[in-house]
Formats: sequence, C-alpha cells, structure tokens
Amino acid sequence: MSMILVGMSTCGMSAGAKDTYKSLEALVEGSDNELTFTGCIGMCFKEPLVEIREGERRTIYGHVDKKRAKEIYETHVVGGEELPDYIVYQEDGGKACGGSEQQFLERQERIVLRNCGLINPESLEQYENRGGYQATRKALLEISPEEIISELKDSGLRGRGGAGFPTGLKWSFCAGYESDVKYVVCNADEGDPGAFMDRSVLEGDPHAVLEGMIICGKAIGAAFGYIYCRAEYPLAIHRLQVAIADAVAKGYLGENIFGSGFSFDIKIKQGAGAFVCGEETALFASIEGERGMPRIRPPFPAEKGVFGKPTNNNNVETFANVPWIISNGGQAYRKYGTEKSPGTKVFALAGKIAKGGLAEVSMGRTIEDILFGIGGGIKEGREFKAVQMGGPSGGCIPADLKHTPVDFENIPKTGAIMGSGGMVVMDDRTCMVDMARFFLDFTQDESCGKCTFCRIGTLRMLETLERITRGEGEVEDTDMLAELGEQIKQASLCGLGQTAPNPVLSTMRYYMDEFLAHIKHKSCPAGSCQALVDFIIIEEKCTGCGVCAKDCPVDAISGIKKQPYIIDIEACVQCGKCMTSCAFDAIYTVGKKVAAS
Amino acid sequence: MNQTEAEFSYRLWRHDGAQGELIPLLQSAQDHFGYIPRRAIKYISGVAKVPESKIYGVITFYSQFRLQPMGKHAIRMCTGTACHVANAGMLLETIEDELGIEVNGTTEDGTFTLFSVACIGCCSLAPVMMVDDDTHGSLTPVTTRRIVRKVRRKTLAGEKKAAAEKPEEDAAASPAKE
Repeated sequence: MSMILVGMSTCGMSAGAKDTYKSLEALVEGSDNELTFTGCIGMCFKEPLVEIREGERRTIYGHVDKKRAKEIYETHVVGGEELPDYIVYQEDGGKACGGSEQQFLERQERIVLRNCGLINPESLEQYENRGGYQATRKALLEISPEEIISELKDSGLRGRGGAGFPTGLKWSFCAGYESDVKYVVCNADEGDPGAFMDRSVLEGDPHAVLEGMIICGKAIGAAFGYIYCRAEYPLAIHRLQVAIADAVAKGYLGENIFGSGFSFDIKIKQGAGAFVCGEETALFASIEGERGMPRIRPPFPAEKGVFGKPTNNNNVETFANVPWIISNGGQAYRKYGTEKSPGTKVFALAGKIAKGGLAEVSMGRTIEDILFGIGGGIKEGREFKAVQMGGPSGGCIPADLKHTPVDFENIPKTGAIMGSGGMVVMDDRTCMVDMARFFLDFTQDESCGKCTFCRIGTLRMLETLERITRGEGEVEDTDMLAELGEQIKQASLCGLGQTAPNPVLSTMRYYMDEFLAHIKHKSCPAGSCQALVDFIIIEEKCTGCGVCAKDCPVDAISGIKKQPYIIDIEACVQCGKCMTSCAFDAIYTVGKKVAAS
Repeated sequence: MNQTEAEFSYRLWRHDGAQGELIPLLQSAQDHFGYIPRRAIKYISGVAKVPESKIYGVITFYSQFRLQPMGKHAIRMCTGTACHVANAGMLLETIEDELGIEVNGTTEDGTFTLFSVACIGCCSLAPVMMVDDDTHGSLTPVTTRRIVRKVRRKTLAGEKKAAAEKPEEDAAASPAKE
C-alpha cells in the first residue's frame, strides 16, 4: 500500500493540481492506496508535484498533469516500477537519494518549513505525529512564563517580518505591563509583492503558527489572539479556520488547556486590501474596524495596542519558529545562522530565476549561494543584474555584491533591507529606472495619506520618475529625487513612508548610468521603457501574417505576406500595439540607438 | 434566502455594537450584493450605530470594497514585482485592448470587470492573472487573449441557453426592474 500526496497550495493549484488530484482520485478508488494532499514543499517551478510514499521511501514527481498522473499511478504505484525521468526528489529513510532537483532541497535547512509538504495541513493527527503540540504542553505544564521568554532570548530569534527586533525582548516588554486584558496578534498581512513565504506556512503548516501564539499568550499573560490575514489568501484563511476548529475540538485551544488552568482563544480577522495594514499600529486600527492608519508611538503596542490594551505582535514566520525553539532549546537554534542573526530564514525566490520557489537556509549564506546554489541561476541563461530584497521598502543589490552574506547586519549595508524575505531576481532585460518607478507607484498608491511628505512627496517623486521613463527627464531630476527622498524618510510617521524612497535611492546609488542614459540619451538600455526603445521584428519568428501591419496606427510596418515584415523605426510611435497583437512573440524591443557624440 | 444573504442577516442580527465588527459586516455585505450598495450602508449604520460618513470613510480606504456593481467575471491581472518584471504591463494593455475597457472598468455587456492587483502570491508562475477563482500562469499576449475570448464565448453561450430555456424568469430578473 502506498500513500499518494498531491501538493495543493495556491501555487500548486494554479499549475493545475486540482485536475491532477481529481484524476488520481478516480484511479485510487477501490484500491488500498491512500490519496491525500499536502502544502507547498517549495519547488514551485515543478508544480504540480505528486509524492508517492512507501514506508520510509519518498518519491516526488514534478510537472504532473492528468496524463502523467495516470502513467505514474499505473507504472509506479501499481506496477512497482519508478519513472526516473520525472523524479525531482527522492529520499529513503530520511536521506536524499536522487532526483533531478536533489540539490534544491538538500542545500536547505528546514525549521519553519519542517512540516510543509510532508503533512496534510488539514489533519491535526498528522501534525501530532510529527511532535505537534508537544511544545505547547511543555510551555504550559513544565516551564514558567519567565523561562519561555529566557529560552527565546537564548535562541536570539529576531522578528522575521523585516525589522529584526529580538523576539524574546519584545515579549518581555509586553509581559511587564499589568492589565486585565492583553492580546497576541499574528501579522499575516503579507503585502510585499514578491513575498509568499507566510502564505506557504499558513497553507502548509497552520498548527505551528497557532502553537507559537498559544506559547506567546502564556509567556505574556494574554488569553486572546488575533490572526490578521489578508483577504487575497482565501486558502490560507480556510486552512486556518480548519486548524482552529480542530484545535478547539481537541482542547488545544479554549478553556483550561492541558489542565494547566491557562485559557486561550484565537480569532481570524480578514484584511480588506491595504498594504499599510502590515504596519503594526495600522493593523491594530484595522482590527478595531477603523481606517487602517498608523498611530504615533509611544505609547508602544506593548503598553497600548489593540483596543488600548497591551499587545504583542509578531509575524507568521516568527511564530512558526517558536514551537521548535521551545522543544529543542534556544541553544540548539543558535547552531544555525550567525552570532548576531541566529537561525534560518525562508526566502521566496521569484522574478527571472530558473527555479522559483521557497528556500529556507541558515542566515549568513551568500546571495550567490542562495540564487545560484539553490535557485539554479538566471532564467534562459541570461545575465544576472540585480536582486531586489525587502519589496517596496527595500532596495536592489547589484550583481557585484553577490558575495554579501544574507543577514540582518550585512544586507542593510548595501542599501536594501532583509524585509520579509522576498528575493526578486532581475536580468539584463530589466530596467532599473522602471523598477524604481514601479515600487514608488505601489507605495504612492498605498500611502494612507496621513503624513504630508508620504502623501505628496511620493507623488512628486513618482511624477519625476514617470517623466524620466518617458524620455522627458532633466539632469537636475536626480538631485531632486535624492533630496526629496531623504526628506520623506525623515518626515513620515510609519515604516511605509520612512522606507518608501529606498528603492529609488538604492537604484540611483548603483545604476546612475542607467538614469543618465534615460535622461541624456533618451534611451532605455534594458529595452524596457516603451517610449525609449526601438521595436524590431525577429525575422526567424515572423510568419508574415500581417496582423501587426493591419493594427499599426501609423502604418509604420510593411512587408509582403508570408515573408518577414519590417518596422520603420522613424515612423514608429512606440505604442506597443504590434507587440500585443503578434501571435508569434516575434516583436522585440531594444534600447534606442544613441547617436555617437 | 441564499447562503450569503443568510450570513449577512445573521451578522447584522448578531451585532452587539462592538466596533471591531464593522469590516467583517462590510465584507459579508459585499459577498452578498457583489458590491456595497447605499442601502447596505444604511442598514449597517443603523445596527452598528456608526455614522454613514464614517462607514463611507472605511469603505473608500480599503481597496477590496466596491461601491459599484461589477461584471459577471472579474479579471485580476497581477502587477506585483515578479509579474511586473515578466512584462505584466504589456498583458494589461492586451486585455484593455481586447475588452475595450480600462482598469477598474466594466464591459458594456456586463461580462467582465478588469482589476489590476498587487501580488496574488504565485510569483514563480509569473505573469499571472485570475479569472474569478481560476489562476492562469506563464501568460503571453496570445494566451491571454485566448483565455479571455474563451470565457466570453462560454458566457454568451450560457446566456443564450438560459434565455431559450426560461424566457419568463430571465425577463423578470432583468436589471431594469431592480
């Protein structure tokens, strides 16, 4: 008898895991094989993934569509013969023993993702079999709240939401305030475009987060917790609801947990689509039903948070670390990572990377190690240009600095931040000016409008960048951007405004030549800013169908049917119409030729 | 009474004046009506004892809430970082061109509403769009047009079939009588 597991998190489903599951369901029916589903194991580039588990032997197949599912079922599960061509990872008795993507998993160290991809996230029983709720039992029955906090201080765990504040210290602040009511808040409002590790943890191992919150409640003396999850993650919300209901039924949540006299309840609050609500004071305002606008600190949340009560707020990944630390001890956690940034961190690899997905590694490994050792380098073998870390609050790290160790000390030196762990990789076709504009467009749109500099200042910066990408920039613009950027950083109340200019400032620091190419030569070297490029037809791909010529509003395209067409660069107005109508991807852009001067 | 309506009424009925319930109330109103109509704001204001102006303030702050009805199908084009790098802007233009509407607009026949959203968390399959609850990844202008056309064809076929089967009911449900 074998167990068949289908990876069913959002990434798997968008690759078609639902169909795979359905077809396997029909095949399994009537046999003694068991079909179940699991969360994301991190190999998003190979989704949908199907695992066949026979005792200790695990075989994971990649890109399993309906047809391949049938083949695998008939040959491997029924016939007993493995299909090595499709195997991405194989393990026997806990040891990796083959598969095309063995390196991807082997080079990782998994604490936060310890259960993701291994258990059915909607089964409390499977979580318990992996040692689930033992940490809670220990925290509630065996050790005191002070010991929980000192264990966390020993571990050196730092907040994984981005700021890196020591978690143990944060808890001790909140524990120090006397109050009849206190709150534990889990920030699951993962708004950074390009980051999806919290979603994967919530979808793959929701009980670990609940456990972290219960332990936190015990440590600081709170009896109630909120999980603030963004509404764009319906599956994560569903899995959390199932997990909470199961935990309540089993007595892990509610009154008198484990007979310890400690009670704890958790409620889910759905976000309503506002990036600024990832900032803790804005998040509290949103929980209270207000417009999610940040508040002035002090008073800090540890003193006055949700509904004016002492509140401790941590990120999903931070909470997922807690049960492991309580079970294994703070010193064991220190075996991973560096002295000042202990432990592991989950990174979301996306953009122009060959193997996009999730990777958990010890802090202090280099950018190169993560992107090339695990991520497999750049898509289509192109040139590595930069990696963006920290989303709209972070910055771009150029290829020259790829030996930088990734931790809370070294990344800020480059002008980027650790952030929540999104790594968006860029190749030579990505325009850095456009990236700066993109992030500012995002923060400008998401600014809540409370602080003048954040509200108007970001808009002025955005307008300037838009002018530059349209080819109407002036040389003084860069100075103005730098000056205004500094002012916005100083005159904003919350993290959104204080960091909004970072993407612009960091790209100007490393890629001033690209800014100048846009401003002086009216050319986009990466071939990305539409107004500053030449459109070209690739002869080999053009079939001569003539659709582009028909669609061109200025008749700049001409040719003979069934032969490659040509674009007259002088007449072209760079509207991009031909590119969207070409059915053969035959139209390409290059930076405008700079006249030799 | 259907499920969303029951949920909305239940929430209204259960409401105990706790301030924190305002956003869940608005969310369930939107689930039921598809948007937040004037009358829902009135109900909620009466029950929650929150001024209408304040409710309006909350609605306009959050991007999830809509004050206008939307088309039968929602197209959500992801313009998060990873999708942006993968040329999502071009795809957005392609859809705008295909449907003849702009972002946040609804087609004249009420079939589609187009949204541009920040990151739906499928970065490794960029560029991505969602048509209702289905996610489509690794898009090109060609596949994008194909998907949109397919949904439109299906909707039209469904409408014709429905009109042929029960013409009376269809007429009764027409928006003119709303």
